[in-house]
Amino acid sequence: MVILVDENTKVIVQGITGRQGSFHTKLMLEYGTKIVAGVTPGKGGIDVHGVPVYNTVEEAVAEHPDANTSIIFVPARFAADAVYEAVDAGLKLVVVITEHIPVHDTMRFVNYARIKGARVVGPNGPGVISPGKSKVGIMPGNAFRPGKIGIVSRSGTLTYEISSALSRAGYGQSTAVGVGGDPIVGTNPIEVVKMFEKDEDTDLIVLIGEIGGDIEERVAAMVAKGEITKPMVGYIVGRTAPPGKRMGHAGAIISMGTGRAEDKVRALEEAGVPVAETPSQLVSLVKKMLEGR
Amino acid sequence: MKLYEYEGKQLFQKYGIPVPPGIVASTVEEAVAAAEKLGTPVVLKAQVLVGGRGKAGGIVKADALNEVREKASKLLGSEIRGVPVHKLLVEKAVTIEKELYLSITMDRVSARPIILASAMGGVDIEEIAREHPEAIVRRPVDPLLGLKGYEARIIAYKLGIPKEHLSTFAKLLQGLYRLFTDYDAELAEINPLAITDQGLLALDSKVIVDDNSLYRHSDLLTGESRAERGEMTEYEEKAAELGLAYVELDGNIGIIGNGAGLTMATMDMVSYYGGKPADFLDLGGAASHERVYKATKFLMEHPRVDVLFINIFGGITRCDEVAKGIVEAVKEVGAKKPMVVKLVGTNEEIGWKILEEVGIKVFKDMEAAAQLAVKLASEKRGVSRDGHTG
Repeated sequence: MVILVDENTKVIVQGITGRQGSFHTKLMLEYGTKIVAGVTPGKGGIDVHGVPVYNTVEEAVAEHPDANTSIIFVPARFAADAVYEAVDAGLKLVVVITEHIPVHDTMRFVNYARIKGARVVGPNGPGVISPGKSKVGIMPGNAFRPGKIGIVSRSGTLTYEISSALSRAGYGQSTAVGVGGDPIVGTNPIEVVKMFEKDEDTDLIVLIGEIGGDIEERVAAMVAKGEITKPMVGYIVGRTAPPGKRMGHAGAIISMGTGRAEDKVRALEEAGVPVAETPSQLVSLVKKMLEGR
Repeated sequence: MKLYEYEGKQLFQKYGIPVPPGIVASTVEEAVAAAEKLGTPVVLKAQVLVGGRGKAGGIVKADALNEVREKASKLLGSEIRGVPVHKLLVEKAVTIEKELYLSITMDRVSARPIILASAMGGVDIEEIAREHPEAIVRRPVDPLLGLKGYEARIIAYKLGIPKEHLSTFAKLLQGLYRLFTDYDAELAEINPLAITDQGLLALDSKVIVDDNSLYRHSDLLTGESRAERGEMTEYEEKAAELGLAYVELDGNIGIIGNGAGLTMATMDMVSYYGGKPADFLDLGGAASHERVYKATKFLMEHPRVDVLFINIFGGITRCDEVAKGIVEAVKEVGAKKPMVVKLVGTNEEIGWKILEEVGIKVFKDMEAAAQLAVKLASEKRGVSRDGHTG
């Protein structure tokens, strides 16, 4: 089954004619992602890597009624508008890659999408990949292999580092979800962990967290209560980050007494989730959990 | 961007949130004139963007003008927790009957604004949360509808606001909510919100505006740099000008990574093997050789950096671009400091070749690289450090 994206995912790329949009359209097509259309206002009628471009999402959906997903590469100031456009056109999954979107914009479009029955992933994340099936994102495809590990992460490159280490060790992935590095995201790790719990193609969950907020602690509480029964391994970065400083990601900040790495590690370990201190340790913990069952 | 107390209070007034009469002073003479105008007793409040200002002596009461002169001259030019005091807010003293806590921030789980309120004000919310978690009223707000009147009233009742202040409180909270959304705030806090002899008054303000939204709040830009405001160090400001995501730390191993998570993982790993990171420097996605060059040069020239550790996973970022940037920097400033590079991913073979040609050893494994960086750094400082602390 895998989660969020699979063979049936039909993608519209918003901002397809931009540098990032065009580059990643090419990479997604090479990976095998089914991209049915692109949208850039004012650029309707051309094509990008063989993908037809429309002026509006509404028009793109009218021409390609099988479209169900959007990936957004438009600049931060226009990103919220692009999300509303995708949701109003009836797309059910909207993956927002754009970084530096004002967080109040994000709060509004995430809540709007919920009302309309659509799901936002991101912003400020690498997107979603179900290896061998579909990649709706900017991750390097060769870092991933099909398999049974579900990865949920607040980071991009760290996820690639870990998934390639897992892949090399023979542990492929069902789906890897980069939820995004902003304080407010459309789909948070709690929701992704719940999806993995129900997914029959996922045997083990890898949770890659970082400083900021208390989502990891909440995942730990779900495990402690028995709501999550699948084996899980954690990795939390930012143990050496000073409080009050933003570490690259807008959401990676220890503030008002919450968000410390050690609190997250402690909560997970107390719930029985082993937490790795290095990527190689993570691989051996995964191995131990799967073989020890 | 953090606002000074007086800037926050200017916004409060704009949104109908009552504050005590106050005047900003940059000199002792201005402070005395302000006190004269307001009438003593007054409170002198150092305008610095650090927490715990009161405990550190940054807030003092003065009963008469000569006391204002004496205390203002002591405060101005002094340092509160390492931050120099350039401005004072001189405020008319009030008699406090009760202190409350009120703030609006973002709730990561519901993806909504959330109101936090407590009848136990005057202390940090962390402290209330730790000691009396039940004393905090939490209420998420629908960002599409805004704060409704009845919601403000519910919070007022839960806090036990006396009848005569109920409608002021509800209006004040709605004003605070409008300020929070109009100014893209990450936090709008009043602590304490006091019941005084003059009615309800916001005695302090803490407003943090989302940096990503500053393009639509030009009225907040004062021309003062972030380093001058005490929000960044001198090097952090320099890095920001170069477009680098950089946080200065106190160790001696300079760290460059691509991606915030990987860069934090690199810092943690250095510390795990017994070293001390000098910084967090994230190149971000699709880093060009110019960007790598700038970052490398920046850290090579940083006085506290003894060893550079560059940790790259080339996905969208190409390893040959990274290698090119490193070599450009080394050629320009010379290889004065030892450098450890881990480089894997897209075009890795080309990248390795570029680096090996100038004698830079390249690692494929980040843990082996981290161990070497730590070893080199401890040799450089002539101190032997313990193994890992894990």
